[in-house]
Amino acid sequence: MTDPTPAPTAADATVTLRVWRGDPAGGELVDYTLPAQDGEVVLDVVHRIQATLAPDLACRWNCKAGKCGSCSSEINGKPRLMCMTRVDELPEGPITVTPMRTFPILRDLVTDVSFNFEVAKRVPAFAPPPPPPDGYRMQQVDVQRGQEFRKCIECFLCQDVCHVIRDHEENKQHYAGPRFFIRYAELEMHPLDTNDRRELVRQRMGLGLCNITKCCTEVCPEHIKITDNAIIPMKERVVDASYDPVAWLGRKILRRRKRTPDEAAATAP
Amino acid sequence: MDVAQLVPLAGVAIQCPAVPGRACPAKEVVVTVDNATATPVVIGGTRGGPSAPTLRQDRWWLQPLVTVTILTAFIVYSTWAIFVNKDYYVGATLHRDLISPFYSPCIAASCVPGSVGTTVVASWWHITPALIVMGGPLGFRLTCYYYRRAYYRGFWQSPPNCAVADGHRRYTGESRFPLILQNIHRYFFLIGLIFNVILTIDAVMAFRMPGAGGIGFSVGTLVLCVNAVLLWLYSISCHACRHLCGGNVRSFSRHPLRHRVWKLLTPLNARHMQFAWASLVFVAFTDLYVRLVASGVITDPKIF
Repeated sequence: MTDPTPAPTAADATVTLRVWRGDPAGGELVDYTLPAQDGEVVLDVVHRIQATLAPDLACRWNCKAGKCGSCSSEINGKPRLMCMTRVDELPEGPITVTPMRTFPILRDLVTDVSFNFEVAKRVPAFAPPPPPPDGYRMQQVDVQRGQEFRKCIECFLCQDVCHVIRDHEENKQHYAGPRFFIRYAELEMHPLDTNDRRELVRQRMGLGLCNITKCCTEVCPEHIKITDNAIIPMKERVVDASYDPVAWLGRKILRRRKRTPDEAAATAP
Repeated sequence: MDVAQLVPLAGVAIQCPAVPGRACPAKEVVVTVDNATATPVVIGGTRGGPSAPTLRQDRWWLQPLVTVTILTAFIVYSTWAIFVNKDYYVGATLHRDLISPFYSPCIAASCVPGSVGTTVVASWWHITPALIVMGGPLGFRLTCYYYRRAYYRGFWQSPPNCAVADGHRRYTGESRFPLILQNIHRYFFLIGLIFNVILTIDAVMAFRMPGAGGIGFSVGTLVLCVNAVLLWLYSISCHACRHLCGGNVRSFSRHPLRHRVWKLLTPLNARHMQFAWASLVFVAFTDLYVRLVASGVITDPKIF
Protein backbone atom coordinates (compact mmCIF):
# COMPACT_ATOMS: atom_id res chain seq x y z
CA MET A 1 0.00 0.00 0.00
CA THR A 2 1.36 3.42 -0.90
CA ASP A 3 1.67 6.24 1.54
CA PRO A 4 -1.08 8.81 0.80
CA THR A 5 0.91 11.73 2.18
CA PRO A 6 3.41 13.13 -0.32
CA ALA A 7 7.03 13.09 0.73
CA PRO A 8 8.88 16.39 1.12
CA THR A 9 11.30 17.05 -1.78
CA ALA A 10 14.20 18.12 0.38
CA ALA A 11 14.52 18.92 4.01
CA ASP A 12 15.17 22.61 3.42
CA ALA A 13 13.12 23.19 0.24
CA THR A 14 10.33 25.71 0.75
CA VAL A 15 7.54 27.24 -1.24
CA THR A 16 6.39 30.83 -0.73
CA LEU A 17 2.92 31.98 -1.67
CA ARG A 18 2.32 35.73 -1.84
CA VAL A 19 -1.41 35.82 -1.27
CA TRP A 20 -3.63 38.89 -1.45
CA ARG A 21 -5.47 39.25 1.87
CA GLY A 22 -8.22 41.79 2.17
CA ASP A 23 -11.83 42.80 1.67
CA PRO A 24 -13.67 45.74 0.03
CA ALA A 25 -12.05 48.08 2.53
CA GLY A 26 -8.57 47.25 1.25
CA GLY A 27 -5.86 44.63 1.49
CA GLU A 28 -2.26 43.69 0.90
CA LEU A 29 -0.02 40.86 -0.29
CA VAL A 30 1.06 38.56 2.53
CA ASP A 31 3.90 36.02 2.22
CA TYR A 32 3.41 32.48 3.54
CA THR A 33 6.37 30.12 3.46
CA LEU A 34 5.90 26.39 3.89
CA PRO A 35 8.04 23.28 3.33
CA ALA A 36 7.83 22.28 -0.35
CA GLN A 37 6.17 19.00 -1.31
CA ASP A 38 6.40 17.04 -4.53
CA GLY A 39 3.66 17.27 -7.15
CA GLU A 40 1.62 19.96 -5.47
CA VAL A 41 -0.71 22.35 -7.21
CA VAL A 42 -1.23 25.91 -5.98
CA LEU A 43 -4.57 24.98 -4.40
CA ASP A 44 -2.79 22.33 -2.28
CA VAL A 45 -0.46 24.97 -0.89
CA VAL A 46 -3.39 27.30 -0.21
CA HIS A 47 -5.07 24.49 1.73
CA ARG A 48 -1.89 23.89 3.73
CA ILE A 49 -1.77 27.61 4.54
CA GLN A 50 -5.37 27.40 5.71
CA ALA A 51 -4.50 24.36 7.84
CA THR A 52 -1.41 25.86 9.42
CA LEU A 53 -0.57 29.55 9.07
CA ALA A 54 -3.84 31.33 8.26
CA PRO A 55 -7.07 29.48 9.12
CA ASP A 56 -9.11 32.53 8.10
CA LEU A 57 -7.81 32.64 4.49
CA ALA A 58 -10.90 32.69 2.24
CA CYS A 59 -10.75 30.64 -0.95
CA ARG A 60 -13.45 29.13 -3.15
CA TRP A 61 -12.88 25.57 -4.32
CA ASN A 62 -14.73 22.35 -4.89
CA CYS A 63 -13.54 19.50 -7.13
CA LYS A 64 -9.74 19.88 -7.30
CA ALA A 65 -9.93 18.35 -10.79
CA GLY A 66 -10.39 21.34 -13.10
CA LYS A 67 -14.05 20.56 -13.70
CA CYS A 68 -16.05 22.71 -11.28
CA GLY A 69 -14.59 26.10 -12.18
CA SER A 70 -14.54 27.35 -8.58
CA CYS A 71 -10.86 28.03 -7.80
CA SER A 72 -10.29 30.67 -10.50
CA SER A 73 -7.68 33.21 -9.47
CA GLU A 74 -4.64 34.97 -10.87
CA ILE A 75 -1.35 33.17 -10.38
CA ASN A 76 1.72 35.30 -11.08
CA GLY A 77 -0.66 37.72 -12.78
CA LYS A 78 -2.21 35.18 -15.14
CA PRO A 79 -5.84 34.06 -14.77
CA ARG A 80 -5.72 30.31 -14.02
CA LEU A 81 -7.37 27.56 -12.02
CA MET A 82 -5.44 27.03 -8.78
CA CYS A 83 -6.12 23.30 -8.88
CA MET A 84 -4.61 22.90 -12.36
CA THR A 85 -1.44 24.92 -11.80
CA ARG A 86 1.50 22.82 -10.64
CA VAL A 87 3.92 24.59 -8.34
CA ASP A 88 6.98 22.96 -9.97
CA GLU A 89 6.01 24.39 -13.36
CA LEU A 90 6.13 27.96 -12.06
CA PRO A 91 9.37 29.95 -12.01
CA GLU A 92 11.50 30.05 -8.86
CA GLY A 93 10.62 32.59 -6.20
CA PRO A 94 7.41 33.64 -4.48
CA ILE A 95 4.20 32.71 -6.27
CA THR A 96 1.72 35.58 -6.36
CA VAL A 97 -1.90 34.51 -5.90
CA THR A 98 -4.52 37.23 -6.25
CA PRO A 99 -8.29 37.24 -6.73
CA MET A 100 -9.86 37.71 -10.17
CA ARG A 101 -9.42 41.38 -10.97
CA THR A 102 -12.58 41.94 -13.01
CA PHE A 103 -15.09 41.13 -10.28
CA PRO A 104 -15.77 42.85 -6.95
CA ILE A 105 -13.88 41.40 -4.01
CA LEU A 106 -15.69 39.65 -1.17
CA ARG A 107 -12.66 38.52 0.83
CA ASP A 108 -9.11 37.33 0.13
CA LEU A 109 -9.32 35.14 -2.99
CA VAL A 110 -13.12 35.10 -3.19
CA THR A 111 -14.84 37.41 -5.66
CA ASP A 112 -18.48 38.18 -6.35
CA VAL A 113 -19.04 36.73 -9.83
CA SER A 114 -22.76 37.56 -9.92
CA PHE A 115 -22.18 39.84 -12.93
CA ASN A 116 -22.03 36.62 -14.93
CA PHE A 117 -25.30 35.32 -13.51
CA GLU A 118 -26.99 38.58 -14.41
CA VAL A 119 -25.75 38.29 -17.99
CA ALA A 120 -26.84 34.62 -18.08
CA LYS A 121 -30.38 35.66 -17.19
CA ARG A 122 -30.51 37.83 -20.30
CA VAL A 123 -29.71 35.00 -22.73
CA PRO A 124 -32.92 34.09 -24.58
CA ALA A 125 -33.72 30.43 -24.08
CA PHE A 126 -33.45 27.71 -26.70
CA ALA A 127 -36.59 28.00 -28.88
CA PRO A 128 -37.36 24.79 -30.81
CA PRO A 129 -40.36 24.53 -33.17
CA PRO A 130 -43.38 22.39 -32.16
CA PRO A 131 -42.22 18.76 -32.12
CA PRO A 132 -43.05 16.64 -35.18
CA PRO A 133 -45.20 13.50 -34.60
CA ASP A 134 -42.16 11.22 -34.29
CA GLY A 135 -40.23 13.61 -32.07
CA TYR A 136 -37.16 15.76 -32.68
CA ARG A 137 -34.27 14.19 -34.59
CA MET A 138 -30.75 15.57 -34.70
CA GLN A 139 -27.88 14.35 -36.82
CA GLN A 140 -24.52 13.67 -35.20
CA VAL A 141 -22.72 16.43 -37.16
CA ASP A 142 -25.13 19.00 -35.77
CA VAL A 143 -24.72 17.70 -32.22
CA GLN A 144 -20.93 17.79 -32.50
CA ARG A 145 -20.82 21.41 -33.53
CA GLY A 146 -22.23 22.76 -30.28
CA GLN A 147 -20.53 20.13 -28.13
CA GLU A 148 -17.31 22.14 -27.88
CA PHE A 149 -19.16 25.02 -26.23
CA ARG A 150 -20.81 22.71 -23.72
CA LYS A 151 -17.41 21.86 -22.28
CA CYS A 152 -17.50 25.26 -20.54
CA ILE A 153 -17.12 24.85 -16.75
CA GLU A 154 -18.04 28.46 -16.03
CA CYS A 155 -14.81 29.29 -14.25
CA PHE A 156 -15.21 32.82 -15.71
CA LEU A 157 -11.48 33.12 -16.40
CA CYS A 158 -12.34 34.33 -19.92
CA GLN A 159 -14.61 36.98 -18.44
CA ASP A 160 -11.84 37.92 -16.01
CA VAL A 161 -9.12 38.31 -18.65
CA CYS A 162 -11.30 40.15 -21.18
CA HIS A 163 -9.96 43.71 -21.19
CA VAL A 164 -13.34 45.08 -22.33
CA ILE A 165 -14.63 44.72 -18.77
CA ARG A 166 -11.36 44.10 -16.90
CA ASP A 167 -10.06 47.58 -17.68
CA HIS A 168 -13.36 49.36 -18.40
CA GLU A 169 -15.93 48.77 -15.67
CA GLU A 170 -18.52 50.91 -17.50
CA ASN A 171 -18.74 48.32 -20.29
CA LYS A 172 -20.27 45.74 -17.92
CA GLN A 173 -23.63 47.41 -18.51
CA HIS A 174 -23.72 46.34 -22.17
CA TYR A 175 -21.27 43.52 -22.66
CA ALA A 176 -22.01 39.81 -22.35
CA GLY A 177 -18.39 38.59 -22.47
CA PRO A 178 -16.72 35.54 -24.03
CA ARG A 179 -18.45 32.95 -21.86
CA PHE A 180 -21.83 34.13 -23.07
CA PHE A 181 -20.78 34.69 -26.65
CA ILE A 182 -20.15 30.93 -26.83
CA ARG A 183 -23.65 30.41 -25.42
CA TYR A 184 -25.13 32.70 -28.08
CA ALA A 185 -23.05 30.95 -30.76
CA GLU A 186 -24.21 27.55 -29.59
CA LEU A 187 -27.85 28.62 -29.81
CA GLU A 188 -27.38 30.33 -33.18
CA MET A 189 -25.74 27.17 -34.57
CA HIS A 190 -28.45 24.87 -33.25
CA PRO A 191 -30.49 23.41 -36.13
CA LEU A 192 -33.68 23.28 -34.05
CA ASP A 193 -33.53 26.80 -32.67
CA THR A 194 -35.94 29.30 -34.23
CA ASN A 195 -34.80 32.53 -32.60
CA ASP A 196 -32.55 35.05 -34.32
CA ARG A 197 -30.30 36.71 -31.73
CA ARG A 198 -27.95 38.56 -34.09
CA GLU A 199 -29.35 42.06 -33.54
CA LEU A 200 -29.61 41.39 -29.81
CA VAL A 201 -25.95 40.42 -29.70
CA ARG A 202 -24.93 43.45 -31.74
CA GLN A 203 -27.02 46.12 -30.02
CA ARG A 204 -27.30 44.98 -26.43
CA MET A 205 -24.62 42.36 -25.76
CA GLY A 206 -21.70 44.34 -27.12
CA LEU A 207 -20.25 41.90 -29.63
CA GLY A 208 -18.74 44.91 -31.42
CA LEU A 209 -16.76 45.78 -28.30
CA CYS A 210 -14.70 42.61 -28.65
CA ASN A 211 -11.52 43.33 -30.59
CA ILE A 212 -10.60 39.64 -30.90
CA THR A 213 -7.31 39.81 -29.03
CA LYS A 214 -7.92 36.16 -28.15
CA CYS A 215 -7.01 36.29 -24.47
CA CYS A 216 -10.19 34.36 -23.65
CA THR A 217 -8.97 31.47 -25.80
CA GLU A 218 -5.53 31.63 -24.17
CA VAL A 219 -6.83 31.25 -20.62
CA CYS A 220 -9.63 28.73 -21.21
CA PRO A 221 -8.83 25.62 -19.10
CA GLU A 222 -11.14 23.55 -21.32
CA HIS A 223 -9.27 24.70 -24.44
CA ILE A 224 -12.45 25.92 -26.13
CA LYS A 225 -11.55 27.90 -29.24
CA ILE A 226 -13.73 30.76 -28.04
CA THR A 227 -12.56 33.35 -30.55
CA ASP A 228 -12.20 31.24 -33.69
CA ASN A 229 -15.26 29.04 -33.22
CA ALA A 230 -17.71 31.31 -31.43
CA ILE A 231 -16.91 35.03 -31.40
CA ILE A 232 -15.68 35.40 -34.99
CA PRO A 233 -18.51 33.22 -36.42
CA MET A 234 -20.93 35.39 -34.42
CA LYS A 235 -19.29 38.55 -35.76
CA GLU A 236 -19.67 37.19 -39.28
CA ARG A 237 -23.34 36.39 -38.63
CA VAL A 238 -23.82 39.94 -37.36
CA VAL A 239 -22.21 41.18 -40.60
CA ASP A 240 -24.81 39.08 -42.48
CA ALA A 241 -27.58 40.72 -40.47
CA SER A 242 -26.40 44.30 -40.32
CA TYR A 243 -23.43 45.31 -42.44
CA ASP A 244 -23.43 43.29 -45.66
CA PRO A 245 -25.29 45.16 -48.46
CA VAL A 246 -25.63 41.99 -50.57
CA ALA A 247 -27.18 40.11 -47.64
CA TRP A 248 -29.52 43.08 -47.10
CA LEU A 249 -30.58 42.94 -50.77
CA GLY A 250 -31.10 39.19 -50.49
CA ARG A 251 -33.38 39.68 -47.49
CA LYS A 252 -35.41 42.29 -49.43
CA ILE A 253 -35.81 40.07 -52.51
CA LEU A 254 -36.63 36.92 -50.52
CA ARG A 255 -38.76 38.96 -48.10
CA ARG A 256 -36.95 37.61 -45.08
CA ARG A 257 -36.69 39.67 -41.95
CA LYS A 258 -34.43 39.56 -38.95
CA ARG A 259 -35.62 39.79 -35.39
CA THR A 260 -35.27 42.96 -33.39
CA PRO A 261 -33.42 42.78 -30.05
CA ASP A 262 -36.74 42.90 -28.19
CA GLU A 263 -38.23 40.07 -30.21
CA ALA A 264 -35.10 37.99 -29.73
CA ALA A 265 -34.93 38.72 -26.01
CA ALA A 266 -38.59 37.85 -25.39
CA THR A 267 -37.74 34.33 -24.17
CA ALA A 268 -35.05 35.42 -21.73
CA PRO A 269 -35.89 34.42 -18.15
CA MET B 1 -25.50 50.70 -9.91
CA ASP B 2 -27.39 47.56 -10.85
CA VAL B 3 -28.53 45.56 -7.85
CA ALA B 4 -29.93 42.06 -8.22
CA GLN B 5 -31.39 39.62 -5.77
CA LEU B 6 -29.72 36.29 -5.17
CA VAL B 7 -30.40 33.76 -2.43
CA PRO B 8 -27.21 32.80 -0.58
CA LEU B 9 -26.26 29.18 -0.05
CA ALA B 10 -27.78 27.72 3.06
CA GLY B 11 -25.39 26.96 5.89
CA VAL B 12 -22.70 29.42 4.78
CA ALA B 13 -21.27 31.77 7.35
CA ILE B 14 -21.21 35.29 5.92
CA GLN B 15 -18.25 37.33 7.09
CA CYS B 16 -18.90 40.99 7.73
CA PRO B 17 -18.67 43.12 5.67
CA ALA B 18 -19.49 40.58 2.92
CA VAL B 19 -21.02 43.15 0.57
CA PRO B 20 -19.99 46.79 0.40
CA GLY B 21 -22.60 49.14 1.72
CA ARG B 22 -24.30 46.60 3.97
CA ALA B 23 -24.58 47.30 7.65
CA CYS B 24 -22.68 44.90 9.86
CA PRO B 25 -24.82 42.94 12.30
CA ALA B 26 -23.90 42.97 15.97
CA LYS B 27 -22.43 39.48 15.71
CA GLU B 28 -21.74 37.04 12.89
CA VAL B 29 -24.92 35.57 11.39
CA VAL B 30 -24.97 31.97 10.23
CA VAL B 31 -27.41 31.59 7.34
CA THR B 32 -29.35 28.34 7.46
CA VAL B 33 -32.24 26.96 5.43
CA ASP B 34 -34.66 28.45 7.95
CA ASN B 35 -33.40 32.03 8.08
CA ALA B 36 -32.11 32.45 4.49
CA THR B 37 -33.17 35.71 2.87
CA ALA B 38 -32.42 37.31 -0.48
CA THR B 39 -29.06 39.06 -0.47
CA PRO B 40 -28.49 42.14 -2.60
CA VAL B 41 -25.65 41.43 -5.01
CA VAL B 42 -23.76 44.43 -6.23
CA ILE B 43 -22.49 44.64 -9.79
CA GLY B 44 -19.53 46.93 -9.73
CA GLY B 45 -17.85 47.65 -6.45
CA THR B 46 -14.35 47.44 -5.08
CA ARG B 47 -11.94 45.11 -6.78
CA GLY B 48 -9.43 42.90 -5.05
CA GLY B 49 -5.73 42.51 -5.68
CA PRO B 50 -3.04 45.15 -6.04
CA SER B 51 -3.80 48.06 -8.38
CA ALA B 52 -0.84 47.38 -10.65
CA PRO B 53 -1.12 47.40 -14.46
CA THR B 54 -0.07 43.76 -14.37
CA LEU B 55 1.35 41.20 -11.97
CA ARG B 56 2.74 39.05 -14.76
CA GLN B 57 6.37 38.14 -14.26
CA ASP B 58 7.05 36.49 -17.61
CA ARG B 59 8.25 38.40 -20.66
CA TRP B 60 4.75 39.44 -21.73
CA TRP B 61 6.16 42.43 -23.63
CA LEU B 62 8.12 40.20 -26.01
CA GLN B 63 5.16 39.15 -28.18
CA PRO B 64 3.86 42.68 -28.90
CA LEU B 65 7.44 43.85 -29.42
CA VAL B 66 8.11 41.17 -32.05
CA THR B 67 4.81 41.98 -33.75
CA VAL B 68 5.56 45.69 -33.88
CA THR B 69 9.11 45.07 -35.12
CA ILE B 70 8.12 42.77 -37.99
CA LEU B 71 5.11 44.84 -39.05
CA THR B 72 7.10 48.09 -38.92
CA ALA B 73 9.91 46.54 -40.94
CA PHE B 74 7.36 45.38 -43.52
CA ILE B 75 5.67 48.79 -43.69
CA VAL B 76 8.99 50.58 -44.11
CA TYR B 77 10.26 48.16 -46.75
CA SER B 78 7.01 47.99 -48.72
CA THR B 79 6.61 51.79 -48.70
CA TRP B 80 10.12 52.16 -50.09
CA ALA B 81 9.53 49.37 -52.63
CA ILE B 82 6.28 50.94 -53.81
CA PHE B 83 7.61 54.47 -54.21
CA VAL B 84 10.99 53.61 -55.71
CA ASN B 85 9.12 52.77 -58.96
CA LYS B 86 11.88 50.85 -60.70
CA ASP B 87 13.46 47.37 -60.79
CA TYR B 88 10.12 45.63 -60.31
CA TYR B 89 10.15 43.63 -63.52
CA VAL B 90 12.71 41.27 -65.01
CA GLY B 91 12.09 41.02 -68.73
CA ALA B 92 14.35 42.17 -71.52
CA THR B 93 17.64 41.98 -69.62
CA LEU B 94 17.50 38.35 -68.57
CA HIS B 95 14.64 36.96 -70.69
CA ARG B 96 12.72 36.10 -67.56
CA ASP B 97 9.13 37.06 -66.88
CA LEU B 98 9.34 37.94 -63.19
CA ILE B 99 7.26 40.74 -61.67
CA SER B 100 7.17 41.98 -58.10
CA PRO B 101 3.89 41.21 -56.27
CA PHE B 102 3.69 44.86 -55.18
CA TYR B 103 3.42 45.96 -58.82
CA SER B 104 1.13 43.24 -60.13
CA PRO B 105 -1.12 43.75 -62.01
CA CYS B 106 0.73 46.64 -63.61
CA ILE B 107 -2.11 48.53 -65.26
CA ALA B 108 -0.68 52.01 -65.85
CA ALA B 109 0.70 53.21 -69.15
CA SER B 110 3.88 54.16 -67.31
CA CYS B 111 4.69 50.52 -66.42
CA VAL B 112 7.97 49.24 -67.84
CA PRO B 113 7.60 47.43 -71.19
CA GLY B 114 6.64 43.79 -70.77
CA SER B 115 5.26 44.15 -67.24
CA VAL B 116 1.98 45.72 -68.31
CA GLY B 117 -0.91 43.36 -68.88
CA THR B 118 -3.82 45.59 -69.79
CA THR B 119 -3.52 49.34 -69.62
CA VAL B 120 -6.42 50.63 -67.53
CA VAL B 121 -4.92 53.85 -66.24
CA ALA B 122 -3.66 56.08 -69.01
CA SER B 123 -0.51 58.15 -69.25
CA TRP B 124 -1.77 60.86 -66.88
CA TRP B 125 -0.73 58.63 -63.96
CA HIS B 126 2.87 59.61 -63.34
CA ILE B 127 3.63 58.32 -59.86
CA THR B 128 4.26 54.68 -59.04
CA PRO B 129 1.76 52.21 -60.60
CA ALA B 130 1.94 50.09 -57.42
CA LEU B 131 -0.28 52.66 -55.68
CA ILE B 132 -3.20 51.84 -57.98
CA VAL B 133 -3.42 48.22 -56.89
CA MET B 134 -2.12 48.26 -53.32
CA GLY B 135 -5.55 48.99 -51.80
CA GLY B 136 -6.83 45.44 -52.32
CA PRO B 137 -4.14 43.43 -50.50
CA LEU B 138 -3.65 46.20 -47.93
CA GLY B 139 -7.37 46.28 -47.09
CA PHE B 140 -7.49 42.50 -46.85
CA ARG B 141 -4.64 42.39 -44.36
CA LEU B 142 -5.76 45.45 -42.39
CA THR B 143 -9.23 44.02 -41.77
CA CYS B 144 -8.00 40.43 -41.26
CA TYR B 145 -9.10 38.93 -37.94
CA TYR B 146 -5.56 37.79 -37.18
CA TYR B 147 -3.83 41.08 -38.01
CA ARG B 148 -6.44 42.92 -35.99
CA ARG B 149 -5.38 40.89 -32.95
CA ALA B 150 -1.74 41.58 -33.75
CA TYR B 151 -1.94 45.34 -34.18
CA TYR B 152 -4.50 45.97 -31.45
CA ARG B 153 -2.06 44.30 -29.10
CA GLY B 154 1.18 45.57 -30.58
CA PHE B 155 0.49 49.09 -31.82
CA TRP B 156 -2.70 50.12 -30.05
CA GLN B 157 -1.85 48.47 -26.69
CA SER B 158 -5.44 47.48 -26.23
CA PRO B 159 -4.41 45.34 -24.39
CA PRO B 160 -0.63 44.87 -24.86
CA ASN B 161 -1.00 41.28 -23.67
CA CYS B 162 -3.46 39.20 -21.67
CA ALA B 163 -4.03 40.44 -18.11
CA VAL B 164 -1.95 43.55 -18.80
CA ALA B 165 -3.81 46.84 -18.40
CA ASP B 166 -5.25 48.48 -21.50
CA GLY B 167 -3.24 51.51 -22.62
CA HIS B 168 -6.37 53.63 -22.98
CA ARG B 169 -8.83 55.11 -20.55
CA ARG B 170 -11.89 54.77 -22.79
CA TYR B 171 -12.72 51.85 -24.99
CA THR B 172 -15.47 51.31 -27.56
CA GLY B 173 -13.89 48.47 -29.53
CA GLU B 174 -15.15 47.92 -33.03
CA SER B 175 -18.62 49.24 -32.33
CA ARG B 176 -18.06 52.74 -33.74
CA PHE B 177 -16.57 54.51 -36.72
CA PRO B 178 -13.89 54.01 -37.95
CA LEU B 179 -13.29 50.52 -36.56
CA ILE B 180 -16.82 49.43 -37.39
CA LEU B 181 -15.51 49.31 -40.97
CA GLN B 182 -13.61 46.15 -40.05
CA ASN B 183 -16.89 44.41 -40.82
CA ILE B 184 -16.25 44.73 -44.57
CA HIS B 185 -13.50 42.13 -44.32
CA ARG B 186 -15.40 39.63 -46.47
CA TYR B 187 -15.36 42.01 -49.44
CA PHE B 188 -11.61 42.49 -49.12
CA PHE B 189 -11.34 38.71 -48.98
CA LEU B 190 -13.11 38.49 -52.35
CA ILE B 191 -10.90 41.26 -53.79
CA GLY B 192 -7.88 39.38 -52.44
CA LEU B 193 -8.95 36.32 -54.42
CA ILE B 194 -8.71 38.36 -57.65
CA PHE B 195 -5.15 39.31 -56.72
CA ASN B 196 -4.37 35.67 -55.96
CA VAL B 197 -5.51 34.68 -59.45
CA ILE B 198 -3.34 37.41 -61.00
CA LEU B 199 -0.29 36.48 -58.94
CA THR B 200 -0.84 32.81 -59.85
CA ILE B 201 -0.82 33.82 -63.52
CA ASP B 202 2.43 35.70 -62.80
CA ALA B 203 3.88 32.52 -61.29
CA VAL B 204 2.85 30.53 -64.38
CA MET B 205 4.37 33.20 -66.63
CA ALA B 206 7.62 32.88 -64.69
CA PHE B 207 8.06 29.45 -66.33
CA ARG B 208 8.66 31.19 -69.68
CA MET B 209 12.30 31.04 -70.67
CA PRO B 210 14.17 31.81 -73.84
CA GLY B 211 15.43 28.97 -76.02
CA ALA B 212 13.96 25.73 -77.32
CA GLY B 213 10.47 25.09 -76.03
CA GLY B 214 10.53 28.32 -74.11
CA ILE B 215 9.78 26.66 -70.77
CA GLY B 216 12.12 26.41 -67.84
CA PHE B 217 12.36 26.64 -64.07
CA SER B 218 14.55 29.09 -62.25
CA VAL B 219 14.91 30.17 -58.65
CA GLY B 220 12.74 33.15 -59.56
CA THR B 221 10.01 30.80 -60.79
CA LEU B 222 10.20 28.92 -57.51
CA VAL B 223 9.97 32.14 -55.48
CA LEU B 224 6.90 33.35 -57.39
CA CYS B 225 5.25 29.93 -57.09
CA VAL B 226 5.82 29.69 -53.33
CA ASN B 227 4.54 33.26 -52.98
CA ALA B 228 1.33 32.37 -54.86
CA VAL B 229 0.79 29.20 -52.80
CA LEU B 230 1.26 31.06 -49.51
CA LEU B 231 -1.16 33.78 -50.60
CA TRP B 232 -3.77 31.16 -51.49
CA LEU B 233 -3.29 29.44 -48.14
CA TYR B 234 -3.62 32.77 -46.34
CA SER B 235 -6.81 33.60 -48.25
CA ILE B 236 -8.63 30.29 -47.94
CA SER B 237 -7.78 29.98 -44.25
CA CYS B 238 -9.51 33.34 -43.66
CA HIS B 239 -12.34 33.43 -41.11
CA ALA B 240 -14.67 35.20 -43.56
CA CYS B 241 -13.99 32.46 -46.12
CA ARG B 242 -14.79 29.76 -43.55
CA HIS B 243 -18.05 31.55 -42.73
CA LEU B 244 -19.11 32.12 -46.33
CA CYS B 245 -18.23 28.57 -47.41
CA GLY B 246 -20.23 26.77 -44.73
CA GLY B 247 -19.95 28.35 -41.30
CA ASN B 248 -23.08 30.42 -41.82
CA VAL B 249 -25.51 27.48 -41.97
CA ARG B 250 -27.47 26.44 -38.93
CA SER B 251 -27.60 22.78 -39.84
CA PHE B 252 -24.64 20.93 -41.35
CA SER B 253 -26.72 17.81 -41.99
CA ARG B 254 -28.99 19.72 -44.34
CA HIS B 255 -26.01 21.15 -46.25
CA PRO B 256 -23.61 18.22 -46.65
CA LEU B 257 -21.51 19.82 -49.40
CA ARG B 258 -20.97 23.03 -47.46
CA HIS B 259 -20.18 20.98 -44.39
CA ARG B 260 -17.45 19.15 -46.33
CA VAL B 261 -15.93 22.45 -47.47
CA TRP B 262 -16.15 23.79 -43.91
CA LYS B 263 -14.40 20.68 -42.57
CA LEU B 264 -11.66 21.15 -45.16
CA LEU B 265 -11.16 24.81 -44.25
CA THR B 266 -11.31 24.44 -40.47
CA PRO B 267 -7.79 22.96 -39.97
CA LEU B 268 -6.40 25.59 -42.34
CA ASN B 269 -8.23 28.29 -40.40
CA ALA B 270 -6.52 27.10 -37.22
CA ARG B 271 -3.18 28.00 -38.90
CA HIS B 272 -4.34 31.38 -40.19
CA MET B 273 -1.77 33.17 -38.04
CA GLN B 274 1.13 31.15 -39.45
CA PHE B 275 -0.08 31.69 -43.02
CA ALA B 276 -0.52 35.41 -42.33
CA TRP B 277 3.09 35.82 -41.21
CA ALA B 278 4.56 33.47 -43.81
CA SER B 279 2.79 35.14 -46.71
CA LEU B 280 3.60 38.64 -45.44
CA VAL B 281 7.31 37.94 -45.13
CA PHE B 282 7.40 36.04 -48.42
CA VAL B 283 5.69 38.83 -50.37
CA ALA B 284 8.46 41.17 -49.25
CA PHE B 285 11.09 38.52 -50.03
CA THR B 286 9.63 37.97 -53.52
CA ASP B 287 9.79 41.69 -54.19
CA LEU B 288 13.36 41.80 -52.92
CA TYR B 289 14.40 38.87 -55.10
CA VAL B 290 12.86 40.33 -58.26
CA ARG B 291 14.41 43.69 -57.40
CA LEU B 292 17.88 42.22 -56.97
CA VAL B 293 17.61 40.35 -60.26
CA ALA B 294 16.15 43.34 -62.11
CA SER B 295 18.84 45.69 -60.86
CA GLY B 296 21.57 43.23 -61.85
CA VAL B 297 22.89 42.57 -58.34
CA ILE B 298 22.30 38.84 -58.77
CA THR B 299 21.40 36.68 -61.75
CA ASP B 300 18.42 34.37 -61.52
CA PRO B 301 19.93 30.87 -61.64
CA LYS B 302 18.11 28.40 -63.88
CA ILE B 303 17.35 25.08 -62.19
CA PHE B 304 16.32 23.18 -65.35
